[in-house]
Amino acid sequence: MPRHIRPAIVLLAALTAITGVAYPLAVAGVAEVAFPAQANGSLILRGGKIVGSSLIGQNFASPRYFHGRPSATSAPDPADSSKTIDAPYNAANSSGANLGPTSQKLIDRVRGDAEAWRATAGPGSIPADAVTTSASGLDPDITPQNAGAQAAAIARARGLTEERLRALIAAQTERPLFGILGEPRVNVLGINLALDQLGSD
Amino acid sequence: MTLVGLAQIALVFALVLAAALPLGRYIAALFSDNPSEGLRFVAPVESALYRAAGVDPAREQDWLAYTLAMLAFSASGFVSLYAILRTQAWLPWNPRGFDNVPPDLAFNTAISFLTNTNWQAYSGETTMSHFSQMAGLAVHNFLSAATGIALALAVTRAFVRSSAATLGNFWVDMVRATLFLLLPLSFVVALAFVALGTPQTFAGAVDAATLEGAKQTIAIGPMASQEAIKQIGTNGGGFFNANSAHPFENPNAVSNALQIWAMLVVSTALPIAFGRMVGLPRQGYALLAAMGVLLIAGVLVVYGAETAGNPLFAQFGVDPAMGNMEGKEVRFGQAMSAMFVAVTTGLSCGAVNAMHAALTPLGGFVPLFLIQLGEVLPGGVGSGLYGMIVFAILSVFVAGLMVGRTPEFLGKKIEAREMKLAMLAILILPLVILGFSAVAAMLPAALASLANAGPHGLSEILYAYSSAAGNNGSAFAGLNANTPWFNVTTGIAMALGRFAYVVPVMAMAGSLVGKTRAAQSAGTFPTDGPLFVGLLVGVIVILGGLQFFPALALGPIVEQVLMLAGKTF
Repeated sequence: MPRHIRPAIVLLAALTAITGVAYPLAVAGVAEVAFPAQANGSLILRGGKIVGSSLIGQNFASPRYFHGRPSATSAPDPADSSKTIDAPYNAANSSGANLGPTSQKLIDRVRGDAEAWRATAGPGSIPADAVTTSASGLDPDITPQNAGAQAAAIARARGLTEERLRALIAAQTERPLFGILGEPRVNVLGINLALDQLGSD
Repeated sequence: MTLVGLAQIALVFALVLAAALPLGRYIAALFSDNPSEGLRFVAPVESALYRAAGVDPAREQDWLAYTLAMLAFSASGFVSLYAILRTQAWLPWNPRGFDNVPPDLAFNTAISFLTNTNWQAYSGETTMSHFSQMAGLAVHNFLSAATGIALALAVTRAFVRSSAATLGNFWVDMVRATLFLLLPLSFVVALAFVALGTPQTFAGAVDAATLEGAKQTIAIGPMASQEAIKQIGTNGGGFFNANSAHPFENPNAVSNALQIWAMLVVSTALPIAFGRMVGLPRQGYALLAAMGVLLIAGVLVVYGAETAGNPLFAQFGVDPAMGNMEGKEVRFGQAMSAMFVAVTTGLSCGAVNAMHAALTPLGGFVPLFLIQLGEVLPGGVGSGLYGMIVFAILSVFVAGLMVGRTPEFLGKKIEAREMKLAMLAILILPLVILGFSAVAAMLPAALASLANAGPHGLSEILYAYSSAAGNNGSAFAGLNANTPWFNVTTGIAMALGRFAYVVPVMAMAGSLVGKTRAAQSAGTFPTDGPLFVGLLVGVIVILGGLQFFPALALGPIVEQVLMLAGKTF
């Protein structure tokens, strides 16, 4: 055993320098030159201010915007740091709900979200992604069905025709690569930015 | 299930095979004679490392010296990682000013990364400084994977060599696996991840003013470099809590396919390298076929169960067409989430792109069972290959009993000593998983960690110890694992799952390498045909089933029945 101690320590130190310092620095160096936008978080600027990242979902509550999926992220309770409070789309603390399929808490939550959905979107079957929490709590996307079901209410709130909103959804829907890889999806921040660009009818 | 979904799954598997064939040949060449021509410029670095470390690369080690070198290396890795985590507040690259990691969590995390488990009792974005991530955790992503590859090579040489005493040199195998295999592959894949959207910056967080005027703090960091080795080394420890479900770690469908490809490619290449090194390429393909049959079956079961969805949602008018979307991301969809779930647990990776706790009971049964089958489908880098060799030896023993001949594998006689050592290794998994689960299921301090009642609660406990002992690292994450009880016991389970497994396997390799390699005769049971593949699959499933079925029946299986009956907890 003692004769193994020197190689263990020397190689650990040397390989730490190579894989733990030189490697990430080299990747960062190349990335900063070749892909600066992605390397810094795919940030979106509007009027010189950062309004978010195109990859990270954000919370929308206003009836004038498309809403993302329910989010299970939390934040420390400002009143008592040993507890947490709900904080949807907290991008500094990603998390899923982790409720099992037979959890009464899950069923109650889905019931509540489904009732709230019906109140704004009206009757019709509910797209599953509209009442289920995402894995990260930061899902930037919704399905085209989900966006379509929200169109009428947003059109009313903004005084737009529903046709213009449907055209916007079609334009903002990202299709699978080569028709195979991936799922059709609508980036919520992207479509809401585009909404703000639309004039009124 | 849709045709497009199945086509996506087939496409990714095809891309893995297309890369694994040449990579297998490269690995066989790398560890047989001379490093590849293309990477010659690394050779001076390699010799400088040996000189500084006082290692004579030409001097080989017997099984005991090889194992002791591996243990000494792992022990120093534990000490240094524990020290980094305990002192990160005073170290550089801590832009968000995180405190030192508490002792029980640092103990758990150090063992976790050292054993290639990457169980995460912590949440990355609220606990770990950039220095801890890079110079602490990511280093062991490389070194634990390289250690696994080295051990697999030593076991391989037990069959290559006839009447020999040594199995290679641990230091040389480990350094070569790092410098010539993992590092160049990671560098290329890391840049691909950046191109696809994964950040690589030394900032700690960005503040955004959202469209509705709220402040959103977006945690960020040097993620792409870590993401690459996390997948390639089948480590699975995410930069952030949500792991590969986080949109920064895994921004879109292409990055997701790359994640699955990267975690499979080395473990798929190793059996091919094994076949070439023992001079029987068909043997490598036979092992790969057995892994493939079980893995593809696992993918299809998860895909079927998740597209069937959760029937309890139908009463609220939720459209069943999308399947179970709880705990999944829209950009991956059901097919590529299902494939990720089965692959990450058939491997001992443990990265997740969907929350396993939110899977339907049958969908959650698959990852749990794949871990309990011993992480050989195709298993962690290195550990999957030596685990599969243990099962192959068990299979020829069963075949030998049936026909009344002394079993042989690749010309080496399998006798009482080898069988005892193989069984010793295999029994560690049920001992650790069922032992700790049984205690935790009765201990109030452990039960306080559960987030779900009923059978799902038992599944959470069972999954935690399976994941730890199998060195997987994924979780039914409702369980609050960051408590002294779980930090200490899962830490012990991870250490036993790695070291108490591999020491008997190395002893077995030591005994095999000394035997003469007999020529194949007409009476030899062929181990490279469909009959053997079928036997091997049978042995893996029956052994796993006998050991774990009673526990599984009380967890996911009964939960599936209760879900269909409309019962909630």
